Amino acid sequence: MSLIAQSGGFLRDRTGDSGCPSNNGICLGWMVDHLDRYWSPFLEHVVITLIPLTIGFAIALSMGLLAHRQKWLITPLTGFTSAIYTIPSISSFLLLLPITGRGNDTAIIALTAYTLVIIFRNVITGLAGVPQHAVDAARGMGLTNRQLLFRIELPLALPEIIAGLRIAAATTVGLAAFAYLAGAGGLGANIDADIDFRGNVLVCGVILTLLAATLDFIVLSIQRLLTPWRRAAA
Amino acid sequence: MPDQPGRSSAEPLEFRDATKLYPGSSEPAVDGLSLEVPAGEICVFVGPSGCGKTTAMRMVNRMIDITSGDILLGGRSVKERKPEDLRRNIGYVIQQIGLFPHRTIGENIATVPVLLGWEKARISSRVDELLELVGLPTEMRKRYPGQLSGGQRQRVGVARALAVDPPVMLMDEPFGAIDPINRERLQNEFLRLQAELRKTIVFVTHDIDEAIKMGDRIAVLQVGGKLAQYAPPAELLTAPANAFVEDFVGADRALKRLALQRVRDIDLWTVATCRTGEQTNGVRERLADADLDIPLLVDAERRPLGWLSERGLTGERVRSELRSPAEPIVELDDILRDALSDLLARESMYGPVVDASGHVVGALSIQAISHAIGNARAEVLGAAERVSADPEHEPAETVEES
Repeated sequence: MSLIAQSGGFLRDRTGDSGCPSNNGICLGWMVDHLDRYWSPFLEHVVITLIPLTIGFAIALSMGLLAHRQKWLITPLTGFTSAIYTIPSISSFLLLLPITGRGNDTAIIALTAYTLVIIFRNVITGLAGVPQHAVDAARGMGLTNRQLLFRIELPLALPEIIAGLRIAAATTVGLAAFAYLAGAGGLGANIDADIDFRGNVLVCGVILTLLAATLDFIVLSIQRLLTPWRRAAA
Repeated sequence: MPDQPGRSSAEPLEFRDATKLYPGSSEPAVDGLSLEVPAGEICVFVGPSGCGKTTAMRMVNRMIDITSGDILLGGRSVKERKPEDLRRNIGYVIQQIGLFPHRTIGENIATVPVLLGWEKARISSRVDELLELVGLPTEMRKRYPGQLSGGQRQRVGVARALAVDPPVMLMDEPFGAIDPINRERLQNEFLRLQAELRKTIVFVTHDIDEAIKMGDRIAVLQVGGKLAQYAPPAELLTAPANAFVEDFVGADRALKRLALQRVRDIDLWTVATCRTGEQTNGVRERLADADLDIPLLVDAERRPLGWLSERGLTGERVRSELRSPAEPIVELDDILRDALSDLLARESMYGPVVDASGHVVGALSIQAISHAIGNARAEVLGAAERVSADPEHEPAETVEES
């Protein structure tokens, strides 16, 4: 716990402040003056959110495509990813510590694991929701399985897949706040360091909310860009 | 690939004892189907649910593989060809059409040309050409399927199937999901298109009326995938091969038969026409030779004015004394069923028949219609008996039945 203790010293530092912070209030002036101390934890938070999302998306999509071809895999893979999801995040960080050690790696592994179930399920649902007659027509016109997947099935499953990615993004932003327990950075450490100080907690909360909302907006924009037909048909 | 669209020649299609037995099933879905579809004809597979008609159709492009037997396309077994290559050269239209919702109309139509690696410019001009062919504005190529009506989507489906001008088309209840009025219109449009394109078509439907309307030949399948009868529509209606077919075509098959004929196709009654002021003697002579014993008063252009009453003939010259108006007036090109309906609606036993310019050419009577039905039946039965190798058996003998 030495890392937290060390950084806690800086994070907890309220020197040069007037009465408000010492009363643990919501101190707007203090917030504005001390935003800089949240900048680097924020960047760390972004990193430990985006990396698990990217890796998780790649793994879950591959698993989804595999299970789409080999339908019998759907049940075991859903069970496996769901089982991971039921492990409380705090315990998984602590469980991984002896294996992967303290630091970002542990956090990233755990956070990646949590994205799997959400994205995997949506990939499966999305592919299953592709209109059967479109698939039949595509095959009947001579598309190969590969062409069918990349030209018809994946594009049509995209809204559902991206919906999964959005949920995963919001969840990961939140879960990454516990990553400091595994010795990784992120805004969680700031919250923990001075959890009684409402000003501090509020700043972290607002930043995390903005981060989640921004990610959501970006993913949604990508979806809108990739699925022009959905707006046209409406 | 044909460079000029609409120029590829149709190919004949032959089922040779084609059988489909699904694994784990004891009864075949299609049982020893053997039939030939001549190039350029529409063959309709019709039958109740579970008769294997769709399975039989899907065996042609190997969406379903044959268990035994063979299917020859242009003399070549479909089994010899890679399914993807085979399918790219067979037009495929299904009931739900299966347009790709994420692709524009233009992209949908271009599906197979893109697969075959056509150049962009060629694809683009082909798309425009096809949209025109099916009666859609070319601006529609930029739209998405979700923005089109059911009838428009159906036309796009046909255009997409025709994209590379395949010699053969498979159509699985293509008009099944369309409301009756639009369906009728699309059927007519398609028949016009087919008169021009002359594709070999396998058309699946459960609707016997549609089968009669669309088919050059009809294959009636019964549950268990057995072919009950394979015949042109008229023959199917006049001489059903067995009780199943008889039941399936319906109790009104004689009336359906009338829908296949036009007034000009049957022997009309002769009618004595006369004009006002004409010598009555001549009229009486003509009347004796005519089938109908009532003279028809016509104008100088031989257009019907009305049926002359007895009093009109009492003098030396014809007076315009009418017993009844000349209704209904039937045209040579009228469908026989519609003409009969007109007669019934006017409670009339006969009506004058006119040609395209309105001149009287004879009379249509209910007796003439029923006689025509009897003749058709005799012809078909006669043909069947000739086939059964009895040269002394004259087909005329069976006329007495009617």
